[in-house]
Amino acid sequence: MEVSNLTKKRIIDYMKEGKRFDNRELLEYRDIKIELGVSKNAEGSARVKLGDTEVIAGVKLEIGEPYTDHPDAGTLITTVEFLPLSSERFEPGPPRIDAIETARIVDRGVRESGFIDFEKLCVKKGEKVWTIFLDIYSLNDAGNLIDAACLAAVCALKDAVFPKYNEKEERIEYGEFTTKKLPLTDATPITMTFHKIDDTLLLDPAREEEDASEARLSIAVSKNKEARVNAIQKGEGTAFDKKEIFRIIDNAVKKSSEIGGIIDDSVKAREKAKKA
Amino acid sequence: MAYTKRFDGRKFDEMREIRTEVGVIPNADGSAMFSFGDTIAIAAVYGPKPLHPQHLQNPQKGIIRCVYDMLSFSVTQRKKPGPSRRSQEISKVTEWALSPIIEIDEFPNTVVDVHIMITQANASTRCAGINAACMALAQAGIPMSEMVSAVSIGKVDDKIVVDLIKEEEDYEDGEGATDMPMAFLSRSGKISLLQLDGKTSPEKLKEAIEAGEKACIRIHEEQVKALKKIKEEN
Repeated sequence: MEVSNLTKKRIIDYMKEGKRFDNRELLEYRDIKIELGVSKNAEGSARVKLGDTEVIAGVKLEIGEPYTDHPDAGTLITTVEFLPLSSERFEPGPPRIDAIETARIVDRGVRESGFIDFEKLCVKKGEKVWTIFLDIYSLNDAGNLIDAACLAAVCALKDAVFPKYNEKEERIEYGEFTTKKLPLTDATPITMTFHKIDDTLLLDPAREEEDASEARLSIAVSKNKEARVNAIQKGEGTAFDKKEIFRIIDNAVKKSSEIGGIIDDSVKAREKAKKA
Repeated sequence: MAYTKRFDGRKFDEMREIRTEVGVIPNADGSAMFSFGDTIAIAAVYGPKPLHPQHLQNPQKGIIRCVYDMLSFSVTQRKKPGPSRRSQEISKVTEWALSPIIEIDEFPNTVVDVHIMITQANASTRCAGINAACMALAQAGIPMSEMVSAVSIGKVDDKIVVDLIKEEEDYEDGEGATDMPMAFLSRSGKISLLQLDGKTSPEKLKEAIEAGEKACIRIHEEQVKALKKIKEEN
C-alpha cells in the first residue's frame, strides 16, 4: 500500500484504456526466465525471473519420520522468506504473514495437484520416509512474488535428484548425488495470481501495480490430460463478482498451458547442459 | 465405490443444523456464536478503540484486525496452543472476508478487534467463524454496508456437497475430496472469501460457486433472525 494516490490514479486511468506502464497487455506476463540447477549443493534448485522480480528456490532431502496418518508417504515442508536484501520493505526476523501466506499457496498447489508421488518417498513404512524441504527466497521484489515463488518451486522440484543414501549405516552421503529424480507426475501445478484494479483484471503486476491492487485471486491449475483446478486463494479486502471469478477460471486454464511450455523448455535446456 | 450417500445421511445440498446466538460474551461490544452441526465458533468484537502501538494507526480510517484460533481440545488430536501458520493465514483471510462490509472510515486511528475461537471442530471452522464474526460486528453496532455469510462447499468424489464434514474432507476414493470455503455478501452478491484445496474441473468449480451462493442466502436468513431476536429482547 505504498503507492501514492497519484500513481494509483494514473494506473487506473491507463487500465481503463487497456494500457499498462510497460506496454503489456492486461493478462500478459513479463519475460519469464527460468534457470535450473543454480546451486550445486542443493538436491535441486531454480532461479526464476519475471521481469525484474527474482526468486531462488532450493530442494534439500532428508530422511525423517512419516506422519502417523500416512505412515507410507514422504513429507513436504515449504518455506518462503522475503529477504531484506530483496526490498527495503522487508525486515529481518521470522517470516511474516505475507511470506507465510505465499508459502502456503505454493505448498497447496504442489500438494493438491498430485505433482509429487509421496508414496514413492517411503523408505520403511511407519519409520522412515524422505522429507522434501522446499525453500524459496526472494532476491528482488518488483511485484508478483507469489507467482515467481510457485514457478521456482516447481522448477526446483523438477531439477531435484536424490542424494546418495548409505543403506548399511542408514545415513545420507550429502554432497554425492545419484541420477535418480524425484517421483513426479505430469500434473505440473501452475499458479497464476489475478489482480483486480478498479474492476479490471490483470496478471503479473509490476510493483506499483501490485500496490494499487484491491484484491487478488491465486489459482493453481494442473493438466494431466484434462485441466484441473487444485488450489485457490483470494487475498485482500475487496470482493470479487461471480462473473469476474468465472472469467479468472477460464483465463487461468488457457494461460497455464503457455507457462507450462516455458517450464518444459527450461527443463530440456538443463538436461542438455548436463549431458554436454 | 462412488459417493452416493453422505456419511451423515444429509442430502447433497443440505447444510447441517445451524445454531446461532448473539451476545454470548457480555464483556464484548458485540459477540455471537455460530454453529454448523458439531462445529462451533464464537466471536467477540471490541472497538472501535484507539489502536496501539500508535505506529499501526491509520489517520485516514479505522482498521479491522482478526485473530482466529482453536482451543487445544477442540480437535481430535490436541492442537498445540498458540498461533500456527494455518491459524495466521485463516486470521488474514477472515479479515479480508469481513473488510468489504465494514465502514469505519469515520473512525481514524482506531481499530476494530475481532476475536474468533473455535470451541469444537468438525470442518468448516473458518466459515463458522466468519458467520459468527459478522453477527458480532452487527451487534457491536459497527457501521456495515451489508452482511457476509460463509459456507464450505465440497466436491466429494464427483458430487458437489454443501457444508462438508471432516469425514468428507478426508474422503480418498474416486476423485477424492476438494474443499472450497467461500463467503458471499448479502446485498451485492459479491465474493469476499474463496479458497480451494484439492482437484476439480473448471466446470465443477463454477457449479460449486453457484451452490455456495444459494447456501449463503440461507445462512444470511439465520444470522438476521438471531440478530432480530436479541433486538426484541432488549
